[in-house]
Amino acid sequence: MDTAVEMQNIVKKFGDFVANDGINLTVKKGEVHAILGENGAGKSTLMNILYGLYHPTSGKIFIDGKETVIGTPQRAIDLGIGMVHQHFMLIPPFTVTENIALGMEDTKGLVLDLKKSREKIVELSKKYGLAVDPDAKIEDISVGMQQRVEILKVLYRGAKTLILDEPTASLTPQEILELIDIIKSLTKDGKSVILITHKLKEIKACADSCTIIRHGKYINTVDVKTTSESELAAMMVGRDVSFSVEKEKREPGEVVLCVKDLCAKDYRKADILKSLCLDVRRGEIVGIAGVDGNGQSELVEILTGLKKAESGSVTILGKDAFNVTPRQSFDMGITSIPEDRQKHGLVLDFSVAENLILQNFENEPFSKNGILNEKNIESHANKLIEKFDIRPKDSAKKAAKTLSGGNQQKVIIAREVTNDSDLLIAVNPTRGLDVGAIEFVHRYLVEQRNKNKAVLLVSFELDEIMNLSDRIEVIFGGQITGEVMGEDADEKELGLLMAGGKKDE
Amino acid sequence: MSKKNGILSSNAFYTLLSIILGFIVGAILLSVAKINPLEAYRQLLKGIFGKPKFMIWCLIYAAPLIFTGLSVAFSFKTGVFNIGAEGQFVVGSLTACVIGILIKAPAIIHIPLCFIGAALAGGIWGAIVGLLKIKKGVNEVLSYIMFNWIAFYLSNFIVNLTVIHKESGGEATKDIADTARILAPKSIIEATGASAANWGFIIAVVFAIIVWFVINKTTLGFKLRAVGFSNTAAQYAGIDTGKSFLTAMAFSGALAGIGGAIQLMGMSGRISQFSGQEGYGFQGITVALIASSNPIACIFAGIFYGAMKYGGSKLSLVNAPSEVVDIIMGVIILFIAISSLFRSIFLSHGKKGAV
Repeated sequence: MDTAVEMQNIVKKFGDFVANDGINLTVKKGEVHAILGENGAGKSTLMNILYGLYHPTSGKIFIDGKETVIGTPQRAIDLGIGMVHQHFMLIPPFTVTENIALGMEDTKGLVLDLKKSREKIVELSKKYGLAVDPDAKIEDISVGMQQRVEILKVLYRGAKTLILDEPTASLTPQEILELIDIIKSLTKDGKSVILITHKLKEIKACADSCTIIRHGKYINTVDVKTTSESELAAMMVGRDVSFSVEKEKREPGEVVLCVKDLCAKDYRKADILKSLCLDVRRGEIVGIAGVDGNGQSELVEILTGLKKAESGSVTILGKDAFNVTPRQSFDMGITSIPEDRQKHGLVLDFSVAENLILQNFENEPFSKNGILNEKNIESHANKLIEKFDIRPKDSAKKAAKTLSGGNQQKVIIAREVTNDSDLLIAVNPTRGLDVGAIEFVHRYLVEQRNKNKAVLLVSFELDEIMNLSDRIEVIFGGQITGEVMGEDADEKELGLLMAGGKKDE
Repeated sequence: MSKKNGILSSNAFYTLLSIILGFIVGAILLSVAKINPLEAYRQLLKGIFGKPKFMIWCLIYAAPLIFTGLSVAFSFKTGVFNIGAEGQFVVGSLTACVIGILIKAPAIIHIPLCFIGAALAGGIWGAIVGLLKIKKGVNEVLSYIMFNWIAFYLSNFIVNLTVIHKESGGEATKDIADTARILAPKSIIEATGASAANWGFIIAVVFAIIVWFVINKTTLGFKLRAVGFSNTAAQYAGIDTGKSFLTAMAFSGALAGIGGAIQLMGMSGRISQFSGQEGYGFQGITVALIASSNPIACIFAGIFYGAMKYGGSKLSLVNAPSEVVDIIMGVIILFIAISSLFRSIFLSHGKKGAV
């Protein structure tokens, strides 16, 4: 097989920091090549070099066998390299069609011909099974559909080599299977796919070869078929990792959250929650399994005060919590790990220390009579940085935006777990995190449960739901359509329920 | 190299660079107008540093600009663009003027009364725009600009009311009572020869420190900054974002209003009928940008602008139009605005140098 992309001995330094230290990568035509590494290992840097966003400090790049200096993303696109970023690069008030066509719009004379672009997009999306509504605005569609738009955008530009950065992070199990099919049909066309992921299962499912990077250094390139998941994981983190979550059996206690007949409408005024009922008790983790867009986001928004419901009732430990404000929700004992950590979880320009007191800055010891106590704020931050292993260690005064995704998530978890409320809501808490960080997040969710708190877990990762939940509630069409006890959970059965099927009696 | 990059990424460096470039562009324009730029700049410097009296005048000019600068800087820190400082400044000075003329009281009561009135007027002016924004979703930039004009015509209307208007000749109000003035003691005025020497600059410095403290050290500042940086995350954390915007816009307006009172009580002593907007509020935007929205830096940026304004008024001595100063300030803002471009150019050069 010919090589599509070859990167030789790539070194990239930022000041004194070496992000890539002599990395080699050879991607053959028509193969799926996975790049595996923890957050901050240097995967994104390497791909940004390939995509022309960074210049390597040293090293050579060959595209289709020819040595090339890429330099700019435009050049990379011209060379047939397309990238789907982990954080979407879409313009929220524009429609799907406008976003995809942006920069290569079809024109009729001087006038935009979006109809033509729209046709092409519909065709592409049919061909690869990427369902999108070409006329919806990005700000109105789910994270999952935004991801599909990003993939379409790259295909629209005729990429020969696709870089997918954590492409499955927001997809449901079914969608992941579909994506794997898409990837396979792409490679059948002779296209190459570079897959950046932490998910070993997906690497096993669709990659041909895998390059492992650790702390900016090249570790190995292996044949996926002959390497086991645990071997891959061990190479990635440099130690053995446990996949399953240790959890002893517990009897759930009193009901903390009680939701009855909750009805709500979405942004289009369509019914999104239809008489939804749900209980969460002390000492249990309740997992909400469901395909994106079935009302789980709205449910969480209502509970945390970001959205108003139409009717129904919500109580926390017997107290009315229907249509509360975010502040009331917090004061009544709900804390949450939000789905979008950069939009809702953190004030990115604030320091880590400031983010850690975002709800508590008005309380002692962080402030008194309206004056902040910086000493206490900083020592609080340093305590949590130590306890939750937030890196870098001296990040108390650094802006949250300078941290890696995994460490940003640790900041949120440190804050929410320290709030120690009766109900912890976690929405896709491990999205985009690596194995080590996932282990960490899961440990803290189980710890909250063991401390006799109620935990509501909403996740698109079926594995996560099955590993952690004591009880799984399946949401479909704005209703809870099935309940499965954690130990009895079966992926096939859950998948069926999530797709609207009925539980076999 | 890291030290060099530290300089290359600091705001102060680019501000200084922009100021230098502003003067270079100003020199080019002067040359085009057949005026020797060196001669003009010499005159400008002489007009600023020539005598201690001149320097005092620069500070007199600086005081109201520091206030409007603080007003805009405060709004920037809290996620709002207060382009309405102009109108808040006008209603502030107008309120102080009415109180200064109509009320008779000893200075110890009269002066604070004028300031409180001015702060309230400016604050309310800003808060109305804030209410329109959070209740009705009206874009604040639009309503700020409209409120500038409402203030403008309101001022002209009140200036012409019989009780306020000067008894004989001139399109201006009566002089405010001496008990409402904040002039420096006679001995200082005589010693320096600056007839309008007043406490305005000292008050401005005190307020700059207060604003710095509020923004950085208080829970109120924490809340406002959180909303300014990310209103979604702030809302999620339980902060009432609407209330925060309203507070920020009222506070920002109050600062501009006090600036108007300082100008009136320290320098002019009365309000003349406007023929066009005076521009204190807009100049405040320049001050805030030069200061990178840092309240303490606003003091220095305000002095700089004040000195340029005062020194610029002497340019006519070399037949150069004083508007050259406005051009220089405009160019400086232009360069500050594109300084992120310089930054990336310099920093990427720095990186290449390291290869």
